[in-house]
Amino acid sequence: MAVFSYPQDDINTDLLFPGKYTYSCSTGPEIREHLLEDLDPSFASAVRPGDFIMAGANFGCGSSREQPSLGLKFVGVKAVIAGSFSRIFYRSAINQGLLLVECPAAVEAFEPGDEVDVDASMGLVTVAGKEFPFPALPAEMLRILEAGGLLEYISSTIAAEGGPN
Amino acid sequence: MKVLGRAAGREVVPGEIVFVEPDIVLTHDNSAAIIAKFEATVPGGRVRHPDRIAIVLDHVIPADTGRDAAAQSRIRQFARTQGIANFYEMGTGICHQVVPEMGLCPPGSLVVGSDSHTCTYGAFNSFATGIDRTEAAGLWITGRTWLRVPDSICIDLAGGLRSRVSAKDLVLRIIGDVGADGANYMAVEYHGPGVSSLRISERMTVANMGVEMGAKIAVFPADGRTREFFQDRGASCTGTLWSDFDAPFSRTLEYDLGSIVPMVARPHAVDDAVPVSELPATPVDQVLLGTCTNGRYEDFAAAAGLLKGRKVSPRTRLLVAPASREVMLRCMNEGILQVLVEAGGTVIPPGCGPCLGAHQGVLAPGERCLSTANRNFRGRMGEKDSEIYLCSPETAAASAVTGEITDPREVV
Repeated sequence: MAVFSYPQDDINTDLLFPGKYTYSCSTGPEIREHLLEDLDPSFASAVRPGDFIMAGANFGCGSSREQPSLGLKFVGVKAVIAGSFSRIFYRSAINQGLLLVECPAAVEAFEPGDEVDVDASMGLVTVAGKEFPFPALPAEMLRILEAGGLLEYISSTIAAEGGPN
Repeated sequence: MKVLGRAAGREVVPGEIVFVEPDIVLTHDNSAAIIAKFEATVPGGRVRHPDRIAIVLDHVIPADTGRDAAAQSRIRQFARTQGIANFYEMGTGICHQVVPEMGLCPPGSLVVGSDSHTCTYGAFNSFATGIDRTEAAGLWITGRTWLRVPDSICIDLAGGLRSRVSAKDLVLRIIGDVGADGANYMAVEYHGPGVSSLRISERMTVANMGVEMGAKIAVFPADGRTREFFQDRGASCTGTLWSDFDAPFSRTLEYDLGSIVPMVARPHAVDDAVPVSELPATPVDQVLLGTCTNGRYEDFAAAAGLLKGRKVSPRTRLLVAPASREVMLRCMNEGILQVLVEAGGTVIPPGCGPCLGAHQGVLAPGERCLSTANRNFRGRMGEKDSEIYLCSPETAAASAVTGEITDPREVV
């Protein structure tokens, strides 16, 4: 488990995934190549499933492009823990099944090298053994997240209802 | 947030989640990726409400690569197969200009779009906000989604803007005050006697940039100007809704429009806004006049007023990007494009142009662009090591003449 720490505020969607690739990269493997390219060029090759991202306030501000949330989910980031999230990114992450944790106290407490874990059902972040609670997600969003994303959730609903429309 | 209440069929309060059926779901060139998601989820399925879908080809038009062309071809085919009447071919304009021109965002409507600047339609008293591609695919399938009822910020406007000061200067000042996340998740409501002095094009500039302070929506009341705009556009103005006089606001900011001065947002943050007069000498390599923020008739008319009989400085270059065919035709008919081209401007097709760094005027490493667009993030116009300053059409025109960022009030 590694923690990629970017403590600055306002990490925008162009830093997470440059706009010039928006119409040439849509799939996970394509997105991975440019993920965080202008923020941390080493991220794409270094990140492993189960890793975390720690960041400041207003993470994901800017464009509605979904490559940032789709890409972070694809490379297996377990959760993004930030001071706060921009609203479109927040929606998008739920739609992709990517866990976001809004917990400024945990970000504040984090020091490089600290062990981090998140328990979504308990609403707890652990940083170097110290626990920080975060507000539970509304039930509607939790169901989408648990299904693995919005379209997976819709698929399961359609299957339960016996066909689209 | 009576619009959400009406959509949900009951009274709602800030913070609660409501399920709603939007009147319009807007997508653009990204429809190709949305079609792929749609097909993967419901193979061979039909969209739930073809009449509630709008698709505008605007981001990379005409197609730049074979890949773009194939994606756009797929979108055209999907629109035909699914019977999507509100499909707008490339050249019609930027989605945020085309949706109002086609009468798709009347007062009181609920519009979601897979583009962050969907909030532009708040200028028309529409509840309009951005979503991602996956959610757009979900909406094509089910017709519904969830929204959290937002808290509201009140921006109280008084007075009128001075000569060569524009709505862009106002909104840059507001974003500088509120901050890039100061309105996150919130509704920004424009109130006060100053609202009526703002033309529709100016309200669109202000609403367009709501997302740059994090807002879910940025919304104006509907009035005579709104009704005049929608005349002959097939839109009903009877659904308008507005806050009660005693509605609670989490914060109120007051502005005297007469005190607003020309502003720029410095690289690489929209909320790093300062008066033009406080900048040191700042040469620019390119000036971009246009985009969904400032690509309207009134913007080009203001720029032409400053550029008539003058030439673009040999130190810089001027790109002119009308927001739509309708805008372009009006500017042609009134001789405005002629003035801009005679001055040395280069006209590019009605679309997003170089704003998102994909084509048609991207920057070289180390270059500096002065742009009337809405976003100056690092790398936005294609190169990590370039700079973008944001400004009004008036400041863009004055600066094109001098080759450096210039207060338009200084041009005689």
